[in-house]
Amino acid sequence: MTLLSELDALAGETTDETPARAARPLPIAVISTLTVGVIIGLWALASAYALVSPVFLPSPRQVVIALYNLVVTGFVDATLAEHVGASLYRIFGALIASILIGIPAGLAIGTSRVGRGILDPIVEFLRPLPPLAYLPLVIIWVGIGEASKITVIALSMLPSIILSTSAGVRAVSKDHINAARSLGASKAQVLREVVLPSAVPSILTGIRIALGAGWTTLVAAELVAATSGIGFMIQSAAQFLVTDIVIAGIIVIALIAIVLEYVARLIERRLVPWASHR
Amino acid sequence: MSILTFRNVSLTYPARTGKGGAAEKRVLDGINLQVASDELVAIIGRSGSGKTSLLNLAAGFLKPTEGAITVDGTPVTGPGADRAVVFQDDALYPWLDARDNIAFPLKLKGVALAERRAKAEVLLARVGLADAGDRHIWELSGGMRQRVGIARALAAEPRFLLLDEPLGALDALTRTRMQDFLLRIKAESGAGAVLITHSIEEALLLGTRVVVLSPNPGRLTAEVEAGFNAEILNGASVADVKASPIFKRMHAGLTGLIHAGEEELAA
Ligand SMILES: Nc1ncnc2c1ncn2[C@@H]1O[C@H](COP(=O)(O)OP(=O)(O)O)[C@@H](O)[C@H]1O
Ligand SMILES: [Mg+2]
Repeated sequence: MTLLSELDALAGETTDETPARAARPLPIAVISTLTVGVIIGLWALASAYALVSPVFLPSPRQVVIALYNLVVTGFVDATLAEHVGASLYRIFGALIASILIGIPAGLAIGTSRVGRGILDPIVEFLRPLPPLAYLPLVIIWVGIGEASKITVIALSMLPSIILSTSAGVRAVSKDHINAARSLGASKAQVLREVVLPSAVPSILTGIRIALGAGWTTLVAAELVAATSGIGFMIQSAAQFLVTDIVIAGIIVIALIAIVLEYVARLIERRLVPWASHR
Repeated sequence: MSILTFRNVSLTYPARTGKGGAAEKRVLDGINLQVASDELVAIIGRSGSGKTSLLNLAAGFLKPTEGAITVDGTPVTGPGADRAVVFQDDALYPWLDARDNIAFPLKLKGVALAERRAKAEVLLARVGLADAGDRHIWELSGGMRQRVGIARALAAEPRFLLLDEPLGALDALTRTRMQDFLLRIKAESGAGAVLITHSIEEALLLGTRVVVLSPNPGRLTAEVEAGFNAEILNGASVADVKASPIFKRMHAGLTGLIHAGEEELAA
């Protein structure tokens, strides 16, 4: 995205130098907005002229009404806020668990040969596995309740947090470490005062990626085994062919994912403004 | 008065295997050197002659293959705050502002936040950066960064300052100003100093002594008492010093010594 906007900026500069040649190109944001508008327009037309059965594709208006009803009265015994709340509770519970486990594990991999030897195969085994593949096993082990969902989501988040931590640790500048040692730092102080802070940008990137992975896993896990949550809501609606709620739910899922990503980027920029100045 | 001593120090880097591997390399050979805390010993030599290796040994980042390094008779076994290093590319911590970079060694000692910030403020003023405490590292110029680096080293209250081409990356004008600054700050601090440089002029201006490190393997091949730094501290102008016949003669002599090595190499 940055590359594209840079190219765009470059294109803008060249037209600035030769203003007679062409009008200013359309900003990407305008093109994107138009695209969304056209898609919604086509969707509205398709349902207005009954090109597709409303069971398969309710009109945009119906979806908006469904959304409104979801907010006010809810669906399958819970309002939208309650479903979303249940989902967010799981994802943040899992995030905290995976941070608590993942950062120390990443530090161990990044700083110790033994740690790396022990943990590398575990991470490499876990990383490529689709979380739904081990969900049944986790249910057998910890039961069908909240614990199993949080466990599965945490497991899907763990690899990126561990790997980003260890990558951050390994990229620490040797001069930074040597400076601390020559200023009197003990081994533990080097780790706490130098290694950890320099790994923070990488860790935050890992957390952002983990949130994306976790959100995907969460929705999938709720489709399979849950009695609340946004994924469960969609699954229930689909069973009764309440397509407008299904679509409304999908839109909510997408919006939450976008907001999470946005907030994560905001936190990154606020917390580590120096990351771009190294 | 403290004394840093190199006694018969040699350093051999082990052979490296695998991609980009290299044979075992003897970088320093039979180094004998004493630095007292009222001195600034300047070490000059061409690049690759082993200057950084020598400094890293003094810092305790490396262990000598033979011989011993001691501070007041106690062997150096690793890095420590009695020998604070200033690096060529500053090695400041970008997640800390200028003040907290300077306060860093105090934090390591467990000094309370308010007290260490107050002390850092004093050091900031001493290096001429009284208003820059809140600044991010990347907002500082190269010269300012080196001042912060030097202040950070001073905060550790070291017995020796180990300076690895601290002015090497600065433009000529800033460099001249920083030379004067370094001279004064070193004299005030009461710490001994080892300054690595590949500018003969800088070595002569700042060093109480100048030693020449010749490459392959690195040996100390010459030593001159410079003493111009005392004149400058007593108010002589740098331009006058540089124009004096004795400065010119020493400069020419050292230039010849360093070039002699090059001719040997070419022959
Ligand atoms: N870690 C190392 N392993 C092997 N050889 C090294 C290492 N560090 C430096 N050298 C070699 O030792 C020699 C001296 O290096 P250095 O001390 O950095 O010299 P200088 O600072 O004078 O340029 C160079 O030839 C360099 O290639
Ligand atoms: Mg060097």
